[in-house]
Amino acid sequence: MQKRSIVPIIYILFLLLPIYWLVTMSFKTTNEILGGFSLFPQTFTLENYRVIFTDPTWYWGYINSISYVTLNMVISIAVALPAAYAFSRYRFLGDKQLFFWLLTNRMAPAAVFALPFFQLYSAVGLFDTYLAVALAHCLFNVPLSVWILEGFMASVPKELDETAYVDGYSFPRFFVTIFLPSIKAGVGVAAFFCFMFSWVELLLAKTLTAVAAKPIAAIMTKTASSAGYELGLLAAAGTLTIIPGAIVIYFVRNYIAKGFAMGRV
Amino acid sequence: MKTVNQKGWFFVLPVLLLVAFNALIPMMTVVNYSVQETFGNNLFLWEGLTWFQQLLTEERFYKALGRQFMFTGLILVIEVPLGIAIALSMPRQGIWVPVCLILMALPMLIPWNVVGAMWNIFTLPDIGLLGYFLNNVLGINYDMTQDPIAAWVTIITMDVWHWTSLVVLLAYAGLVSIPDAYYQAAKIDGASNWSVFRFIQLPKMKPVLTIAILLRFMDSFNIYTEPFVLTGGGPGNSTTLLSIDLVKRALGQFDLGPAAAMSLIYFAITLLVSWLFYTLMTKDDLN
Repeated sequence: MQKRSIVPIIYILFLLLPIYWLVTMSFKTTNEILGGFSLFPQTFTLENYRVIFTDPTWYWGYINSISYVTLNMVISIAVALPAAYAFSRYRFLGDKQLFFWLLTNRMAPAAVFALPFFQLYSAVGLFDTYLAVALAHCLFNVPLSVWILEGFMASVPKELDETAYVDGYSFPRFFVTIFLPSIKAGVGVAAFFCFMFSWVELLLAKTLTAVAAKPIAAIMTKTASSAGYELGLLAAAGTLTIIPGAIVIYFVRNYIAKGFAMGRV
Repeated sequence: MKTVNQKGWFFVLPVLLLVAFNALIPMMTVVNYSVQETFGNNLFLWEGLTWFQQLLTEERFYKALGRQFMFTGLILVIEVPLGIAIALSMPRQGIWVPVCLILMALPMLIPWNVVGAMWNIFTLPDIGLLGYFLNNVLGINYDMTQDPIAAWVTIITMDVWHWTSLVVLLAYAGLVSIPDAYYQAAKIDGASNWSVFRFIQLPKMKPVLTIAILLRFMDSFNIYTEPFVLTGGGPGNSTTLLSIDLVKRALGQFDLGPAAAMSLIYFAITLLVSWLFYTLMTKDDLN
């Protein structure tokens, strides 16, 4: 048992090394970074973080990203819940084909959709809004949510629904007060994956925004090319993008592994 | 058993409308571009299948496609067995399980361009941890902006770093769902570790592994941001994968027609391979 645990330890060390390097760099001054190689910050500085927290173009990037990610999570789960219920409980004309078609949308390369998305969302007047990015990310998050939720719902016995009807519950009341609590782990897992894929995606988010809704990751790329090569600042901004994900994952730690195992194949 | 109930369509309608808006309209735009020539100002000329013919006889496309298959093939060959091995060696219960899971999932939650930027500063030859170590401690001449092999090793390592955890999480989910009774039975029969793996663990992991391989195939086949930030497709064109080549055509050269034709062929290949794989993996279950 002890000997076996060496493998995960080595793997985790390998995962943490590049992250360590990013975090270390964020505490160094740009001069020190460019001056030469050092394992630890020689002149420990919080200047990079101070710049980010006091410059609106920087910290608004975070607010923008978190806004559209949250919006996307809410929309994806809200539309996926009834659909997943239908797939798990009813048979209807074309259900299997529809389910597969939904999943195929996860296969489309974002690069293919960038330009048409720009035209589409400009045409409907949503360009550079949170809603545009949130809706665009539904392309891959809605199918995934339906798939995960369907797995969880299918494991809830149908007798639960029938008992509720016999007891005189209306459908909406049954769904909200009885059914939802019994699949709350599934909702958590689906929300986690929506968060994850919306938070990490950049190509579409960048294409659909200009100023008002620009994601933090896009601001980083812009700064990297325009303001010379401020590695320390970039490293600090990068470090801060890891934190929201780490917080979210902490809350669903007991369910992540289970979430995928329950999806149907 | 599920009941036949056409009311199901009402439940599915919001999803249908949303995904159709996002998928069908842009897809029709792409189809539209792929058969026309445009000079801007909304001026379009019918071109028929010219772009498709041009693309399919072009060396550049096949080279990018070849690189793409090589990339996807390599990362699958590394990540899937590695992910299974790590999942097998993880503890089944105890306080270390959530710690392991959180740390392992961390790379997947970092924005993709930050992943690229992070690996960039990690591998810089003079001031990056890995680059410095390779060049100055091990004495290997490593500079991925000059050497295509170094660039390939770096993008593969980056992807292994980024996504092996997905395979680990899924394989682990499959493993913990195996009841203890199976292992006890195997012990009574005197089964070797290999037989336990081959006849109990692997079959039980098959559904989740199918998902893992499918997701890894789709996502690695569509990969754009990370290698673009890290190498920009270089040195030369050595790491120009399909998506990078596509964006170069569409946004760099503004060749919308050929780019659209390429998009459709690209999508068709992804669909075809996914479908073939899915059918092969689930064929036994149906019989």
